[in-house]
Order: sequence, then structure tokens, then C-alpha cells
Amino acid sequence: MNWEVVIGIETHTQLSTVSKIFSGAATAFGAEPNTQASAVDLALPGVLPVLNRGAVERAIRFGLAVGATINRRSIFARKNYFYPDLPKGYQISQYETPIVKGGEIRVLTKDGQRIVHLTRAHLEEDAGKSLHEDFQGMSGIDLNRAGTPLLEIVSEPDMRSAEEAVAYAKVLHALVRWIDICDGNMQEGSFRCDANVSVRRPGAPLGTRREIKNLNSFRFLQEAIEYEAKWQIETLEDGGTIEQATVLFDPDTGETRVMRTKEDAHDYRYFPDPDLLPLVLTEKWIEQIKRSMPESLQATRDRMVEVGLSIEQVNQLTTSRGTSTFALSLFANAPREEVPMLANWILGPLGAKLNEENLDIEQSKVSSDQLKALSKRVFDGTVSSTAATTVILPAMWNGEGSADEIIEKRGLKQISDSGAIEKIVDEVLARNAKQVEDYKSGKDKAFNSLVGQVMKATHGKANPAQVNDILKRRLVG
Amino acid sequence: MLNASLKELSSALARKKISSAELTRLFLDRISKLNGALNAFITIEEEKSLAQARAADQRIAKGGAQPLAGIPVAHKDIFVTKGWLTTCGSKMLSNFVGPYDAHVIGRFNDAGAVILGKTNMDEFAMGSSSETSFYGPVKNPWDEECVPGGSSGGSAAAIAARMAPAATGTDTGGSIRQPAALSGLSGLKPTYGLVSRYGMVAFASSLDQGGPMAKSAEDLAILLNCMAGFDARDSTSIERAAEDYTRDLDQPLAGLRIGVPKEHFGAGLSSDVGKAVEAALAQFEKLGAKRVSINLPNSALSVPAYYVIAPAEASSNLSRFDGVRYGHRAKEYRDLADMYRKTRAEGFGAEVKRRILIGTYVLSHGYYDAYYLKAQKIRRLIADDFLAAFRQCDVIAGPTSPTVAFKIGAKTADPVQMYLNDIYTIPANLAGLPGMSIPCGFGTGNLPVGLHLVGNYFSEAKMLNVAHQYQRATDWHRRVPAGIES
Repeated sequence: MNWEVVIGIETHTQLSTVSKIFSGAATAFGAEPNTQASAVDLALPGVLPVLNRGAVERAIRFGLAVGATINRRSIFARKNYFYPDLPKGYQISQYETPIVKGGEIRVLTKDGQRIVHLTRAHLEEDAGKSLHEDFQGMSGIDLNRAGTPLLEIVSEPDMRSAEEAVAYAKVLHALVRWIDICDGNMQEGSFRCDANVSVRRPGAPLGTRREIKNLNSFRFLQEAIEYEAKWQIETLEDGGTIEQATVLFDPDTGETRVMRTKEDAHDYRYFPDPDLLPLVLTEKWIEQIKRSMPESLQATRDRMVEVGLSIEQVNQLTTSRGTSTFALSLFANAPREEVPMLANWILGPLGAKLNEENLDIEQSKVSSDQLKALSKRVFDGTVSSTAATTVILPAMWNGEGSADEIIEKRGLKQISDSGAIEKIVDEVLARNAKQVEDYKSGKDKAFNSLVGQVMKATHGKANPAQVNDILKRRLVG
Repeated sequence: MLNASLKELSSALARKKISSAELTRLFLDRISKLNGALNAFITIEEEKSLAQARAADQRIAKGGAQPLAGIPVAHKDIFVTKGWLTTCGSKMLSNFVGPYDAHVIGRFNDAGAVILGKTNMDEFAMGSSSETSFYGPVKNPWDEECVPGGSSGGSAAAIAARMAPAATGTDTGGSIRQPAALSGLSGLKPTYGLVSRYGMVAFASSLDQGGPMAKSAEDLAILLNCMAGFDARDSTSIERAAEDYTRDLDQPLAGLRIGVPKEHFGAGLSSDVGKAVEAALAQFEKLGAKRVSINLPNSALSVPAYYVIAPAEASSNLSRFDGVRYGHRAKEYRDLADMYRKTRAEGFGAEVKRRILIGTYVLSHGYYDAYYLKAQKIRRLIADDFLAAFRQCDVIAGPTSPTVAFKIGAKTADPVQMYLNDIYTIPANLAGLPGMSIPCGFGTGNLPVGLHLVGNYFSEAKMLNVAHQYQRATDWHRRVPAGIES
């Protein structure tokens, strides 16, 4: 009998504000420990939190982008627990009344489209970091991260495989960057996922879930869920039961291990934070934010699917607004059959160039129109794709002119005249009787050598497909 | 000089009859003489105070100085003060030197006032007698065997013994008004949000409010002018135009409707206090006010609601005192949990622990709705009672405290008896309304009785007018404790 895997994802998205959510200290990553912690972040006696409007604005942007309800009145609550990197002894979060409620994200997988519903998204502050090495048996505390604004985005348990979970996380990751609320830097912890995983027989009620904490790469997310689901299925099939627990994924072993079970769960004693008034949003502000929103990521993704791109290409071309703008302008008025090749220009050669010089696509030295002109010359057979990639694109990048000018100047026009190619082939065959013999006696390698000779004789300009054809015909004939 | 009003002091300073340095010296000497017995101050830093006084003298010499320039003011040790020990009456903060100035301290500094010292208080402002301080109990200058009230008992004793012309206090359930009453002073708890809480060590954030304590309503008005005003660092601070709280002091009271709540004159009120308050009400009628009988039907619920809400907030507010970053830390411990346990067991006194435990309990899973949520509903009802009452009257009057000052140790074994001291003052905190206590006579043991006034939101100017007119007609506020007269 089959098992169904059920997955819900909680994502901690670090909001890209300059200062912290309740203090004026900077949020920049990588500073010397405790140099970006103000009196408020240190929780000195008498200090009070003041909400950062920029964090609220980003939460609203997210809510609008996923079609959620923006709660006009939301409440900050205190989540109480003791830990050395939690200076106040409580985390300010939103509990019963979050700023964003509902919404959905559409995810494409091999099996088609799935709608992942969102439960909520709420604002909260991050904790500091405990450093357990290098302190001779003691622990160090770095409060630079304490008070960094987070938007915790909680999905419904709507995903049914690790692949879907990763697809969801990728769309979400693209979305938060798309709407400029998060830098998406996963190595620096700006986008961290927790996965709630359970298994059940199809149609049965939800099974007991275990939560895998702090997955900061898509690969770990995939591996952790796959391992966890397999472990749960094996446990149940061996007659065991699943106990609700929080687990950690160890990337080295590829296994999950229990961090704490339900029994030792904290009672966080949530209550409304009396230092902060209820967060009340005006219609006017929400309208202003609405007007400043970019075109929706979903609409852009839909357009790309329409023009015939693969899921993987859509994902890659929507990682930033710049890339998708460039791509859509490249695809504009292009015949449908040319679109996949145009996409590959961005993902391949142009992408490599940008990477090489560490540039954003907005800073590309070859415009989408220029690239389109070059691609056209490959598509109509004027030049080989090798020449286009290795010679023409770099020359365009260096400002040597348009694709046509460079082709002309450098004499790169492909020889597609079959009469001309036949003539050269005949000459080559006449000069290389030994290779012809070898080929005829079964040595296939000799064929490549002959192709090479033809290309050499035409300075690489002969259309390779035609060369192949003609050579084959001559050798057989 | 020791009995002078703030206006008189300001005028003497302006006319160079005395310098701020001399005035400060005068009060510092007075403190040296009397503080040993009264224990009103935790920290005195003569050099710091005198340096501030000399700077004030230069400012005054230039002319046009503000009303408080050069005047020494004592501050409750709950206000974080840059460069000064700020203990909050606790062992937990017995080594904590303020790295910044509370908003209130900053306001007084900007006005050119001199920090005279930091006054003793119930630990973390939890108490009604100033007995729970790590630094020992404060004595009442009217009778050193009695408490001065609390938690701002150090500030009260300092003014009553003329060790300070004025002081700051904080009031969460009556901590300005009750010690003012028990020590024969005037004290004002402003509308919640009028005085910034930034830099005030938090006890119960939704109830805490800083305010002035002084010898008269007129002095309170001058002090409130300095303390009140919007502060962006406190999200509960209210943005509104600045007021001059002295502006209405001289208005006549003719036509004033004084509401008298039946509920505040029932069982539990000792007769000596009741008599003094009745006499005060009669005095107001003589001044042209009209007495209106009002009801505050949910009044009796205020103490139980308060003892859910205040400890709940306190249990969370005091979590930061964990020994990790500042303050007391146990010397030896096995692991993190042991460090927390020992640090907090050693650093907090019994009353603070009791409230942390109550607060933790009422917020716990399964109890939240029954206690915290229920208490918040009661809070709403109490506020509604006041709103209804203010449709019938302009100001509400009654006793501040059910009894005069009690003996040190008399109520320490019975927390509920201690809590009931604040039965008349707590409702104003729950509703966020301004409350005030002014001297209105003497009761058993020749100890002072306080008259409690509650006004509508932001009606401080009106309340000060009412109190000032009463004080023009009476001299209770001019009485000085026997035996300590200078």
C-alpha cells in the first residue's frame, strides 16, 4: 500500500531594512561581534522597543504579492523563554493576530501546477548568536543579529513530496527578492526553512509531524525531507509510532536527529507586548504600497510558460526582476521556436560573461536587442553557434559593434552553399586517401578527422551539419 | 530655604540671594545629617551634584534660565542615570551604573536642575511600604517607626524631611500617591503616556507612569512642565501639544462638580482617614464646588485584576535580569540553568519572586484565559466606570489610602493586607487616568492623611487647579514633621 508524504514549510525571511526592527542599530552582516547592538538590543534596564516602519512595509508588500489579507490591526506578543542569546528573556513576535493572513503560492513541478496555501506571515525579531568555540569552556554571545527583522511565512501542509517542497521554497525565495523585501542570501541565513513532515495512507487523517529545523539550502531541504519521510515510513511499517518532535538535519550523515520532543516543549507564555501599541494600518498607506509593487512574479512566470519555456528555465529566469525583464524583452516578437534558444543565451553565454565580471544583468554590456540580432544569425545559419559564442559575443561585449558588423568585419559568415562545400570535400577526400581507406575498413574515428580537415580548409566557416551530410554521402557513394 | 517653594527657590536663585552650589550644599548637608536615620537615599554623589550646580550657576548668571535651573531634585532609583548607580532597590542591579539617561532625567538635566541623589524604593517598585528594598527600609519622617509608604518611599521621606525640595517617583498601582499621602506630601501620577517611560526600569509596562512629588500642587505643576511631553523612544508616549500646567492654578472652583464614589468610603476605610477626607470635601463645598455622589461599581475588582496584570507583565519584564550581560551573577554554578537559578535566587528579594511566580502562573498555558484575559476585561469595565462617572463630575475625590502610615513590619507577613493599601489608587492605573494625592489633615498618631483626586484623561491642569485652590485655603501641606525641623 502507498504512503502519502505531507509537508508544510515555515520560512524565516530576513527583511532587508537598514536598521533593526525595534532599534536603530544596523543590520549589516559580518560585523565584529556586538558592534551592532544598541542599548535596546542589549536589553539594558529601562529601554523600550520602537517599531521600524520599513519592516512593516515589507510585510505588507509580501501580503499583497501573495493575495493575502492584510490585517488592518495586528498585535505584537512576547514569547517568553530564557537563553543567553535572547537578551530580554522574550522574543517580540506576532502570535494570535499576525499582519498577514492567508494567501497562496503557485508551484510548478513535473506533475503540473500545485497551489500552496499560506496560513500566515508575521513579523518578529531574530535572536543573537551563541558561539560555543574558542572561549575555553565558556560560550560567547554575539548580539549583532539580535533584533534583526524577520517575516515568518507559514504554509499549509499542502506539499506532497520533497520535490514540491523545494519547488515551493524556490518560488518563495524568488518572490521575496522579486518584491525587494529580502536579499535572499541563504549562506548568511537570510532565508531559512523549517519543514514539518508527516506521512499517512492516502485519504487517512494527518499523521504525527516532526519539524526539521533551520534548513538553509534547497539541497538540504530536499535531502532532509527525503530522509525524514523514508524514516517515518520505515518506522510505521516496522510497527513503530511517530512521536511529535523537533529534529535537526545533519548534512554530513544525511540523517535527522531529535532535538526535543513534545514533553520538553516550552510554555512560551505568550501575551500582548505592553510596550507596543497594536499595529494599525491605514488604507492610504496600503494603497501607496500597492502602487509601488512591481508586476507580479506569478504573471511573469505565466508569460514565460506561455512562450514555451521549461519549468527549470522559468525558475532560472525569474530569480531576479532584472533577469526576467531582460528575458521578456528578448522574447518579445520572437517566433516561438526561437524562444528556448534565446533563453539559453541568457542562462549560458551571457550569464557566464556577467558572472565573470560580477555584474547584474542590468549592467550587461550587450543589450537584449543586440543579443536578439546575434541569435537570429545563428538561427538562420549565417554563423555557427560556436563562432557566435566564442567570437562574436565577446566582441560585442567589448563594444566592437553589432553582430552583423562583427560577422562582416571578421569574415565569419558560415559557408552554407552546398556546391562550395562539395568542392572542398572532394579536394579533402582526394588528399586523404588513407583516412578514406581507414573509414571504409570500419575506423569511425577517421570520419572526424576528415570533418576536421574540411573545417580547417574553410577556416571553420563551413556549416558543420552540411559538412557531415556531404561527407557521409560521398564516403558511402 | 528648606521649606521654600520651587517658585521661591527659583526667584532666590535668579536674584542671586543664593547660588545653586550653596543650595545644593545645604540639602547635601541636610542629607548627611538625616539620611542615616531615614534611609531615604541609596546613592549620593556630592561632587557630581555640586558640579552640576556650578554649571547651573553659570547658566543662571547668563539670565533667562528655566524655572528649575539650579534647583536640586532627588530621583527615584528606578530612573537610569548616566554615570550614577541605578539599583532599582535590588541586589540584582547593585553594581549597575547607568550608561544612559532616562528621558525624565534628560529633561531635568536640560532644564538645568541638579541631581541631588537617587532615592530608596521597594525592590523593582514592588511594594507599598518601601520595606522590600535590598538597601533596607525607609523610615517615615513623621514617625520613624512607621513606613513612609511605597514604592516611592525614599522620594517621599526625602521631601518630608526637607532633604530635597522635590523628587521624582513612579506609580504603577499607587507608588507616588500612597507615599505622598502617608508622608504628608503632594504627588501626581499623570495620564498614562504623558511622561515617557524610556529609561524607567519597567515593572508593569501598561501601568507604570513617572510623575512628580513635592510639597504643593504648585510645585507639582512646575515639575510636570519639565517631565511631560512626547518621546519617540516610548511607543506608548502620546503625541500632543505641550501644555503649561501652571496656567489654570488660580482659577476659582465655583461650579466645580466633585464626584464622591460611594465604593471608596465603605468597610476597610479607617475612621480617622474618613473624617479628614469628609472635612476636605466640606472645604471644597466652601470653595464653591458641588458634591456629586457617583458609583464606581467595579472598584472592588481592581485589586485582584491588578494582581494578575502587574505580575504578568513583571514576570516578563524582569526576565532580562539573568546574569548574562550586567547586574548580579552567582559566583559559582554548574551549568547555564544553574547560573540562571542561582543568580535570580540570590538577586531578587521575596516580594519580587512572589510576583514573578504569580505572573508566570497566570500566563501559563491553560490559565491565560481564566486569569490574564479575564483581568483585562475587568480593566475595561473599570475604565468604563470612570468614563460614566466623568459625565456627572469634573474630578473624583476620596481617600488615597485606607489608613495612615503603619508600623514597619506590620504587614510584611501578610501580602494581601499590604496589597489592599492600594485599593483606592489602583483603579486610576488600570484606567490610565491621572491621579493625585494632597495632604488633607492628620489621623491616628498625628500622621498625615491624603486626599485622592482622579481626573479625566489629560486633565492634569484642572486637577492641579483644584488642588492648588484647596492648598490656598488650607495649610496641611505646610506642616513639617516634628523633631526634624531645621
